[in-house]
Amino acid sequence: MISESSLEKLKILAGAAKYDVSCASSGTQRSNTKGGIGNASAWGICHSFTEDGRCVSLLKIMLSNYCIYDCAYCINRKSNEIPRTSFTPDEIAKLTIEFYRRNYIEGLFLSSGVLVNPDHTMERMVSVAKLLRTEHRYNGYIHLKAIPGASPQLIADAGRWADRLSVNIEIPTENNLKLLAPDKDFKSVLEPMKIISANILESKAERKIHRNAPLFSPAGQSTQLIIGATDDTDHTILKLSSALYSRRDLKRVYYSGYIPVNSYDTRLPALIAPPLRREHRLYQADWLLRFYGFGSQEIVNAENPNLDLELDPKVSWALRNPHLFPIDINKADPAMLLRIPGIGTRSVPLILLARQHQRLNSTHLKKLGVVMKRARYFITCNELRSQNIQELKPELVRQLLLEKKAIGNDGAVQLKLFHPMMPALR
Amino acid sequence: MNVFSFDNTFEGLLTLIFESYRQGRFPDEILSGEGSQCILFGSTIIVETDDRKAERVWKGIISHSSEENAHRIYRVFLADIRDTPLLLAKFICFTIDSVKNEETNFAEPLVLEVHKLHQKVCKEAHRVQMFVRFQKTVEASYYASFAPMYDVLPLCIPHFRDRYADQSWIIYDLKRNYGFLYDLKNVSRVVFDELRVNTQNGQLHSALLAEDEILFQKLWKQYYRSICIQERKNDKVHRQLLPKRFWKYLPEKGIL
Ligand code: SF4
Repeated sequence: MISESSLEKLKILAGAAKYDVSCASSGTQRSNTKGGIGNASAWGICHSFTEDGRCVSLLKIMLSNYCIYDCAYCINRKSNEIPRTSFTPDEIAKLTIEFYRRNYIEGLFLSSGVLVNPDHTMERMVSVAKLLRTEHRYNGYIHLKAIPGASPQLIADAGRWADRLSVNIEIPTENNLKLLAPDKDFKSVLEPMKIISANILESKAERKIHRNAPLFSPAGQSTQLIIGATDDTDHTILKLSSALYSRRDLKRVYYSGYIPVNSYDTRLPALIAPPLRREHRLYQADWLLRFYGFGSQEIVNAENPNLDLELDPKVSWALRNPHLFPIDINKADPAMLLRIPGIGTRSVPLILLARQHQRLNSTHLKKLGVVMKRARYFITCNELRSQNIQELKPELVRQLLLEKKAIGNDGAVQLKLFHPMMPALR
Repeated sequence: MNVFSFDNTFEGLLTLIFESYRQGRFPDEILSGEGSQCILFGSTIIVETDDRKAERVWKGIISHSSEENAHRIYRVFLADIRDTPLLLAKFICFTIDSVKNEETNFAEPLVLEVHKLHQKVCKEAHRVQMFVRFQKTVEASYYASFAPMYDVLPLCIPHFRDRYADQSWIIYDLKRNYGFLYDLKNVSRVVFDELRVNTQNGQLHSALLAEDEILFQKLWKQYYRSICIQERKNDKVHRQLLPKRFWKYLPEKGIL
C-alpha cells in the first residue's frame, strides 16, 4: 500500500540508488497496445533535471537496501550502519504506474541489494516487471539490474519483461574487484552479461523468422564502471569498454566518478572531490568510440595511458597526428570531417548538404555550428587562409587552445542530453 | 510598399502567398489578426482565407521541395511570433521560385533562419513532452496546464494520445487560453470560460483533485530531492537544462 509512510521508504531507497548513473531510457520503440498504458519512444525523454544537472527520466530505485555483501565502494554494504528498508513488488509497481500516468517519468529502473541470495533477489525484481506488464498492462520502459550470481533461468525471465538489463562491472580489473568486493569476482558479473547477450542474439534471430517471437531486452544491456576508486588507467578502462561494445554488443558503458561514501575504508583513495573532469573526458572518449569511428588505441595507449584532463580527447588525438591536417572542408569524406576538432555529429550532415550547393567558407561554417576557434587550425576551406597546425606546430596550437578556454567549474562540463527532435507531424 | 493582412491561420498564410502570385505583388509587411492596425497603412490587401487556394500553395511547396519541408514550414508557423509570417512568406516564395530544391542550402541566410527557428519550435514542443505534469482529478481523469513559448501543443498531441491512451486527459495552454481534451476516443480542441486553475502554478482547485493526488505529488517531490547528489550540485547547469520559466508548473520545484 502506498501511503504517507511510503515517503520515508522512498527517501531511503531512492537515495540508495542515486549513485547508479545510467539515465538513458532510449533505445526501444515500443508502441502502446490496445487498452494499455505507455510507450517507449526511441529517443527517451528527460522529465526533469536534478540540482546536480542530471536528467531524470526513470524512477530509479532499489527494491531493498539490505545487502549481505560488503563492497567497499558501496553505501549499502552490510557493514554500514544506515537506515534500511524494502518496498514490496506491488508497491514499486504502483508507484511506477502513478508516476507514469502523471508524466513524471519514462519508466522504471530497478536495482536491489542482495537479499538472502542472488536468486531470491532476482526473483522479486522479475516479479515487479511481470506485474507491470501483465496486471497493469504497462508498455513503458523497464530497466532491471541483473544481480551478479543469479541463475541463467531468472536472467532469461528478466529479459522477457524488461527493455534493458544491466550488470555493473564497477571495477575494471579483476584484482582490484577482488580487493574491493570480496564477495564478487569477474566471473559473477561477466557470466550474466554473456547470458544476456546470447539471449538477445537468439531473440533477434528468431524474430527474423517469426515476427512475433518474444522480445528479449530489446534495448540491449549496459554496465557501469567506477572511476578513481582504484589505480586503473584510462587505457585499461577504455580497452574494456571498447571490447564490451564490440564483443558483448553493449549499448552503453557508464562511468561514475567515485564519491567517497565510505571514507573510513583504507583500501580506497582519500579524495577531496569526485573526479568529475576525468569522468567527463571518459564520456567524451566513449563518444569517440561509439559515434566518431575511433579505436580505443587511437585515444589512449601504452605511451599515453591517461586522457589529457585539459583538452578533449579528439583535440589530443589531432595534436598527436598533425600530418593528417589541414583537411579541406569542401572535399573531405564524412569520416574525416568527423575527426576535425570543433566539428561534431550535428554539423557534419549540414556541411555535407550545404556544400552541394556552394563552396563553404568560414562564415558559413560558423553558422552551421562549427566551433571555428578550435577548427581553424585543422582545416582549409574556400577563401580562409589562417595559420594551421602544420605551420604552427602542435605544441603551439595546444597553448593557443588552452588559452582560449576559460577553465571553468569542474562540474560545468556536461554531455549534450538533447537528441534532435522527431518531426511530430509524421 | 505592399501590406497584406490575414487571419493568422496557416491556411490564411498560404492563401496570402497565392494572392501574391496572382496579383504579382509580394509582401513587404504582413499584419495578422484584428484589423485595427490596418488603418495606419492606406492600401492594405486583406486576404480572405480560402482552403482551395491554400491547398494549391501547399502542393506547390511540396513539388518544389519536399513534403518534409512543407511540414517544417507549418511547424515554424507555430512559432507564433510577430515576424514569422513575413519570414515564411519570403521563404515560401524563395522555395517556389528556385530551380533546384534549396531546403538544405544552409549557406543561404533565409534557409538558415527558418532552420534555426524550426529547431527552436521543435525544442519547445519537446519540452512540453518533458515538463507537462498531469494532476489526477476527482473524476479520475488527468489535467495539465502549461504555457509554452510557442504555440506547440498541436505538435505534441499525437505523443500524448499514444502514450496515455487508457486515461482521459486535458492539456491546457494558459497563455493562449485553449487546450486539447482526450476522452478515450478522440482528441478535441477546448476553450474554458471559467477555469478553476491557479494560474500561478497551474494547479487545479483542490476540490477538483483526486484524493491521493497530493500524496503522489509529495512522493514525486521526495523522490526528486533524494536522488540529487549534493557533492555534485551545479546550479548553472541545472538552470540551463531546466529553465526557471517551467518551475512553477513542476511539483518537484513547488513549495508543497
Ligand atoms: S552487492 Fe551491490 S548493494 Fe550490496 S554491497 Fe555490493 S554493490 Fe552494494
